[in-house]
Amino acid sequence: MSVSTLEAFVPAGQKARPVYELRRVSKTYARRNIQALGSVDLTLTEGSFSSVIGASGCGKSTLLKIMAGLVPPSSGSVMLAGKPVTGPRRDIGMMFQQATLFPWKTALENIVLPIEIRDGKAAARARHDEARALLELVGLKGFDSVYPSELSGGMAQRAAICRMLITEPEVLLLDEPFSALDELTRDYMNMELQRICLARKATAFLVTHSISEAVILSDTVYVMSPRPGRFVETVEIDLPRPRTLDMVTTPRFGALVDRIRGHLDKGSFL
Amino acid sequence: MSQATLPAATSQADTVWVEQVSWFDRIPRSVAMAGLAIVFIAIWQMVSSVGLVSPIILPSPSETLRHIIFVGNNLLSGGYMLPALWLTLQELVISFALAILIGFTLGVLVGETVFGERAVMPYLVALDTMPKVAFAPIFIAWLGFGIESKVALATFIATFPIVVGTAAGLHAADENARMAFKTMGATRWQTLVKMKLPTGMPQFFTGLKIASVGVMAGVITGEFLGGGKGFGELIRVASTNLDTGRVFALILYLSLLGLATYGLVIWLERKIVFWQRSSARIAS
Repeated sequence: MSVSTLEAFVPAGQKARPVYELRRVSKTYARRNIQALGSVDLTLTEGSFSSVIGASGCGKSTLLKIMAGLVPPSSGSVMLAGKPVTGPRRDIGMMFQQATLFPWKTALENIVLPIEIRDGKAAARARHDEARALLELVGLKGFDSVYPSELSGGMAQRAAICRMLITEPEVLLLDEPFSALDELTRDYMNMELQRICLARKATAFLVTHSISEAVILSDTVYVMSPRPGRFVETVEIDLPRPRTLDMVTTPRFGALVDRIRGHLDKGSFL
Repeated sequence: MSQATLPAATSQADTVWVEQVSWFDRIPRSVAMAGLAIVFIAIWQMVSSVGLVSPIILPSPSETLRHIIFVGNNLLSGGYMLPALWLTLQELVISFALAILIGFTLGVLVGETVFGERAVMPYLVALDTMPKVAFAPIFIAWLGFGIESKVALATFIATFPIVVGTAAGLHAADENARMAFKTMGATRWQTLVKMKLPTGMPQFFTGLKIASVGVMAGVITGEFLGGGKGFGELIRVASTNLDTGRVFALILYLSLLGLATYGLVIWLERKIVFWQRSSARIAS
């Protein structure tokens, strides 16, 4: 079933290009002798949205750090766009639970910060128009010269999305990006995230605690189990795009949620 | 029981419960401050006019005021006190600048490098716990009775708060900010200059405020112990002559100088750490 449903999302005659490929990636923390990650295989195809879900401490943060080039794996290969990942790269965009905008910079200056760091101030200034276009994309038109202290939590995360997109990354790594927001804002931001990903044909990888968030956003959900962290189930989400919040009440959505929940250790998500 | 038994409720329609602030807490700031000063001076006047205390110990407010006007006149007309004030001001500025330079450098060394934290910090803490004024004779022996020994003592006193403030500031950046900079591919230098130092500015300024008070104490102590021609020497001479009113007046002008230094630091903090309005408000 998984193969046929996946085909449905790929335009006919065009095979989705693999962007990110992990082969037998494992991670053992030598000092404490903890195997955080078993053997993980993962392929992200261009324009796909995948999520990994699991209890706290199941290794999903370790996986994300390896994918971001922040931590080296103990073994296995990590390839992005055909080149091995050996450190932070400009074609990896990352977003965290906290927006981490810097209060002494305006929204616009925060957004071009990755350019400033990699290419200098002049290059960053040259990208101001692009940054303004991104602000418009995320619905923050006219907020260029506003300082972060004047932004709400949701607005700050929108600006963080812009900062992630400014380097035009091949892959977006999202580490529970909206979990610090209230539930209403979070639902709304998830729909916004979908809109932005569809508009940019972005390849995205989300780490989350929330089953419904994983289902509503993803094409594929990987269920992870701890000690050592490994994928125990891959669930293809065959809900049509674009997804809407109304889908949450459909029987199909409920069935998918139930299926994922069945693979998770109950109690871990209380 | 009817509403009629509650007279307050009838007069204010639907308002049944309002916050009560006592009259004592509602006195405006200016009135409260002026009132306190008047009461203080009144008691002072009373004590001295009754003759409880000798004028050598406590001169009357009017006597003190006479000295304040005299010293003010002397300074404004370019009298002999002006060069003394100018000298003390020079010592103050040089000491503060040196303390900032040395304190900031050491602070970065201690806050940013493991070597600094492990090897340098223990010595700094040991030095800081010593009574620094006790070093004055050593500085005089090394540097003489001129401006240098005063500058050395004041710098010595004012450096430590800046070291501690800078180092604490460099530790203020949270894990998220560090991670964000790492994912952007920032070098260690970039992380320090573009993220850690700006993040630590509030702590740096806290150290600077403490230092601005300490540098004044250092300069005057230096002048007391090492002589010279500064404002501290004028105070010492006046007190030797049992001219306590003059001492009071000179202290007042010195405190204005100290206040100006402190005010300058606050002003700079507001300009530089503009994103943190709250800290500036509390400090002022």
